[in-house]
Amino acid sequence: MTESRSIKVKALTRVEGEGALHIRLAGDVIEAVELNIYEPPRYFEAFLRGRSVEEVPDITARICGICPVAYQMSSIHAIENALKIQCSSETRLLRRLLYCGEWIESHVLHTHLLHAPDFLGCASGLEMGQSYPDELKRGLRLKKHGNQLLDVLGGRSVHPINSTVGGFYRAPSRQRLQKLIPDFEWGLQAAIEATRWVAGFDFPDFQHDYEMISLSHPDEYPMNEGEIVSNKRPAISVDRFEQEFQEYQVPHSTALQANRVEENSSYLVGPLARINLNRDRLSAKAKRLADELHFETPCTNIFRSIIARGLEVVHVYEEALDILRQAPALSPAKISYEYQAGEGCAATEAPRGLLYHRYVVDETGLVKQAQIIPPTSQNQLQIEKDLRRFLPGVLCDDDQQTARDCEWLIRSYDPCISCATHFLKLDIERLKS
Amino acid sequence: MESEQSSREIKKPKLAVFKFASCDGCQLSLLNAEEDLVAIGEAVEISHFLEASSRFTSGPYDLTLVEGSITTPGDRIRIQEVRKQSRYLVTIGACATAGGIQALRNWGDHEEFQRMVYPHPEFLDTLATSTAISDHVQVDFELRGCPVNKDQLVELITDILHQRKPRFSRHSVCIECKKSGTVCVAVSRGIPCLGPITQAGCGGLCPGYDRGCYGCFGPAAQTNVSGLSHWLLKHNVPKTELVPLLRNFNADATPFREEGNRLSSEQDTEVE
Repeated sequence: MTESRSIKVKALTRVEGEGALHIRLAGDVIEAVELNIYEPPRYFEAFLRGRSVEEVPDITARICGICPVAYQMSSIHAIENALKIQCSSETRLLRRLLYCGEWIESHVLHTHLLHAPDFLGCASGLEMGQSYPDELKRGLRLKKHGNQLLDVLGGRSVHPINSTVGGFYRAPSRQRLQKLIPDFEWGLQAAIEATRWVAGFDFPDFQHDYEMISLSHPDEYPMNEGEIVSNKRPAISVDRFEQEFQEYQVPHSTALQANRVEENSSYLVGPLARINLNRDRLSAKAKRLADELHFETPCTNIFRSIIARGLEVVHVYEEALDILRQAPALSPAKISYEYQAGEGCAATEAPRGLLYHRYVVDETGLVKQAQIIPPTSQNQLQIEKDLRRFLPGVLCDDDQQTARDCEWLIRSYDPCISCATHFLKLDIERLKS
Repeated sequence: MESEQSSREIKKPKLAVFKFASCDGCQLSLLNAEEDLVAIGEAVEISHFLEASSRFTSGPYDLTLVEGSITTPGDRIRIQEVRKQSRYLVTIGACATAGGIQALRNWGDHEEFQRMVYPHPEFLDTLATSTAISDHVQVDFELRGCPVNKDQLVELITDILHQRKPRFSRHSVCIECKKSGTVCVAVSRGIPCLGPITQAGCGGLCPGYDRGCYGCFGPAAQTNVSGLSHWLLKHNVPKTELVPLLRNFNADATPFREEGNRLSSEQDTEVE
């Protein structure tokens, strides 16, 4: 008979959101792995009812301070679909540019301040800076570029104020955009260097044949639109999302989880899925760098997501530079439209993966129903499954070490529990067997 | 010299960041301070900042920044503990100072909200209200904004480290528009704007982008909310538009709440 053992390690840190991990063991047999997200519910879908469509992007931005643009983009596209609004091609370009800013800010925050410290045995980005001062400085400067782009286009980097249904409140200043070009030229090279740096880390040998899901667009790397593709099943249009994927609730989490309707199976969204499904649409420099680094796709090692993020940062720098050089003139800043009753959905690629919104609106422009499915809800089941497979290899007498390894795996997903708080408590409970 | 330096290091003040119901955006503003972040990391011991560091030490803390509002029975207890451990407790952002956007439940039917979003509301343990930190514990300073202004955040930390009382302008956004030369969107274009009753701190951001202020820095000092709503109503902004404008990220801040409630009850009477 094995002694029962219960180990509690407080805090999965360096993630966005609050939760705990509960592992129950009988001997060496894993009885349960539960990612317990206890971020307090805020009921966005309930209080969005009765709000005007123009308020929706300002409100949904507040779901997440790290990826507010993603929430603004998915909600705006869904509402425009409901109101049958077609925006100008300049609006489309500038929205992509805005999203580039958020990808840079969010990805560089994750790779440099949250995830790289795991590979280097540091407790934080600042601590990492003591041994790697140049790398940290470079990362902070890259992150700042993302924020500067958000500032110019959106007014500020956290909860930008310039995006609206039909376009922008004010046409972004072409002069201010073009002033960013020299910084972004430097940034593109620096992002390439940063990706070479993270690609040199040691990665655990941990592979899984995931079902990967992302948007896909024939002409561009997926961001604001496309169909939903999978490496296992046929592509579907976004309006089929709720028929193919479902959200459900488990007792141990305030975040709803999602799975495949057909087989209740888990799937993976995010940078690794995106790059595996869309590698040929990466920018020229990102593609060359992926080849140089021998980044084989499909890559099925979730720890290598940090390289996928790096390659995506290179891609968005190159794409942003391209748009900055064009500096599209937007006139009018936003198109006018009439209210009409209807329903519309949209999915965009948040830094952490596919983000789905659907709204029913009435003839006076008020929301009657809202549905929001964030990427972390979709990855949650896959994280639990990965932990189950990963644990046997890292279980040891030192539960602190086991905990650190589990956190490292969870961080590879860049979970945005924040959509929750920052307190993942690891609790390994060992039962008598 | 060496011992002097090490004694100085021992005396580094301890900084803590705690999160309650929120979006993370305000504490992210600290990470967005970029160059200043490294300087802050040198000036203080970051004792508890889970988003940024896996190393944390227990209290007491010299300066605690609190983000988020109180929405669960557990958090109602946790904030008491955080207060006990903190020499100075400063709230950052609209959630912590006024309950945030999630305070809209205060006007709704909480149980219906739960049923609407979650198939199994019985798994949840939440309060029917979202309330500001100052409703629960003594708060030494409130930094406004949704999100906070990162320069103000850095200034606040610097002030407290130097034992200075933080001072930020409490005048309205209107003054910021005048300073930046932004033409008044309400007067010149009839756009509903909360600028006259909203505290400065954003630099007059929204009017500068051709839209009305929606009040993310909360009520300015000695503000006349009903004066503004009277003016807006006179200029054909309907109550159906004005009430939601007052009820967003600072909905439960007293002057906004009272005026929103007054207008809303008038609206109900008119319908009857």
